[in-house]
Amino acid sequence: MNLEQINPILLIASLMVAATPILLAAIGEAVVEKAGVLNLGVEGMMITGAVVGFAIGVNSGSPALGFVAAAISGAALSMLFAVLVLVLLSNQVATGLGLTMFGLGLSSLIGKPYEGMKVPTLAKWDIPLLSDIPVLGPILFNHDPMVYVSLILIAVVWYVLKSTRAGLILRAVGENHDAAHQLGYKVIRVRMMAIAFGGACAGLGGAYISLVRVPQWVEGMTAGAGWIALAIVVFASWRPWRVLLGAYLFGGITVLQLNLQAAGVAIPVEYLSMSPYVITILVLVAISLKGKHGAPGSLGRIFHASH
Amino acid sequence: MDKMPRWADVALIPILNLVIAFALSALVILAIGEDPVEAVSLMVKGALGSTYGWGYTLYYTTNFIFTGLAVSIAFQAAMFNIGGEGQVVLGGLGVALVSLYIPFPHWTLALIVAMAGGAIFGAAWAAIPAWLQAKRGSHIVITTIMFNFIAFSLLNYLLVNVLRPPGEMNPATASFPETTHLPTFQDMFSTADNVVFRGAPVNVSFFIALIACVAVYFLMWRSRLGFEIRAFGKSPQASVYAGISPVKITMIAMLISGAISGMMSINNTMGQAEQLILNSAEGAGFVGIAVALMGRNHPFGVLLAAFLFGFLAQGGGELALWMNIPRELVTVIQAFVIMLTGAMDNMVRWPVERAFIRAAKRGER
Repeated sequence: MNLEQINPILLIASLMVAATPILLAAIGEAVVEKAGVLNLGVEGMMITGAVVGFAIGVNSGSPALGFVAAAISGAALSMLFAVLVLVLLSNQVATGLGLTMFGLGLSSLIGKPYEGMKVPTLAKWDIPLLSDIPVLGPILFNHDPMVYVSLILIAVVWYVLKSTRAGLILRAVGENHDAAHQLGYKVIRVRMMAIAFGGACAGLGGAYISLVRVPQWVEGMTAGAGWIALAIVVFASWRPWRVLLGAYLFGGITVLQLNLQAAGVAIPVEYLSMSPYVITILVLVAISLKGKHGAPGSLGRIFHASH
Repeated sequence: MDKMPRWADVALIPILNLVIAFALSALVILAIGEDPVEAVSLMVKGALGSTYGWGYTLYYTTNFIFTGLAVSIAFQAAMFNIGGEGQVVLGGLGVALVSLYIPFPHWTLALIVAMAGGAIFGAAWAAIPAWLQAKRGSHIVITTIMFNFIAFSLLNYLLVNVLRPPGEMNPATASFPETTHLPTFQDMFSTADNVVFRGAPVNVSFFIALIACVAVYFLMWRSRLGFEIRAFGKSPQASVYAGISPVKITMIAMLISGAISGMMSINNTMGQAEQLILNSAEGAGFVGIAVALMGRNHPFGVLLAAFLFGFLAQGGGELALWMNIPRELVTVIQAFVIMLTGAMDNMVRWPVERAFIRAAKRGER
């Protein structure tokens, strides 16, 4: 065992990178669930974003374009889900699982020719002055732009949900869609937009894996990140800043796992790899002990306007 | 007449649904520059063209019957059991422990005890999410997903650190003893000069799966408990007034569901691998959701749908072998089937129903 090998500054910095994909996907899914829709297709949208982002990144030579394409592809896939669930009134759980399978299958069909290719990756920003601060500089101010985008996104979602009219309407739709409908809000339109946002975020998260974290295309490379994102939303009890906490915590567990393995520590890594899910279950139990479910009232229920 | 005939509801709609799924898949095959007709004929030949192909198709079918039945029972109680995958994994652990540590004189005895072992472990794994749902109202979809991942990690830990025989590299248990090996169709149906099902993994578990279908039918449609489960699923509030305990029904439905998932392991772990390996469930838990949806949660429907997905699994493998079509195409087809089945009511049934009613009215005139 050799714990001195683990540099805490590098550890925290790489934690932020490891957490960014699940952070992006989770904040998107949090908005979707706040609007009362449970989309289990996060993994499928992430992997589609990963392959599309990679393909566009390779062909255009621009990772930024790759991210844009990934967001569009994630949103497009989520619209398939939205039409099935909101217009054709399908079951959300089954359709979401179908979407995940669809994304996994489709991505490996699209991705076959791109296996083993290299892609231009996002350059790190060396923010002048700030990045020279000892300890804090390398941790906080020496990342690629997407890390900051994800943090800004959290703040924006928090602000919009909490303090704007649009956020209030979205929460009303998620809490009780019949009441919101009777007040004249367009339940389906609000949910469409929320689902599209969730899809775009998942797409960005996937692309971050294939364009920055790895950066390569490997079949099935999201490897359950979409499911972790779902766990984070529950862990966070649907609150944006707790999503950030959850993502960094679970991202940290992944990084710690790799570091401990490298340092030869004799903790079975399986404990660490199952811990996000165990923690989420414990949080669920804790929430329920307070006598609340924490979940938006209409989560997962089908909305059918009877005028 | 304000309804369509029953035959149309039971047969025509699912067939239309399948036709659309296959048409979409054909478009995908065209899009990647391959010939859909050749692909379909290859799939049929690979899955049904020989007793070997049949042997694999029925092997997958057996898996999907178990997981499909499991999902369907939970679904009748208005719960989505996404945890089939984890319950199969834990069931495999139960089967493995029984097979490894109890000396059996004959496979029949081993099979019965292993079924019990798999069922108990599978049910135990479903029990915690069930309890959280029944007592605490935690969303069962979310908890069963979490339990899948916990099961994978748990199995990984046990295989690497506890059950792996010393000196072995692979994370797997030792091979089960000879007396627990289940007879395959090759053993059962081959004659001295005509070997059939050569090398195919289909085994006596297939018949257990068929018996399970019949048993589930009687449980759900011919017993008091089944009636209570279905009543609860249709309307929890009304069933409470009728004196049905929601906690009890939630627990029982999920325990039965988990037990049936766990029993799948007599097929894949005891029947085929003859040792417990990583990733033994191979996604069967998720396919079970598609099977239950497609089979309308009825055991007979589940049987047919399981066969369809068994055909897809085997035929898809053959495609990947002989054509430039990745195996994942099958995943895409499965996804189409799931999404279309869910949307079927409003996309296919309404128009078809309207057409029937219009035709009937014209006939009256």
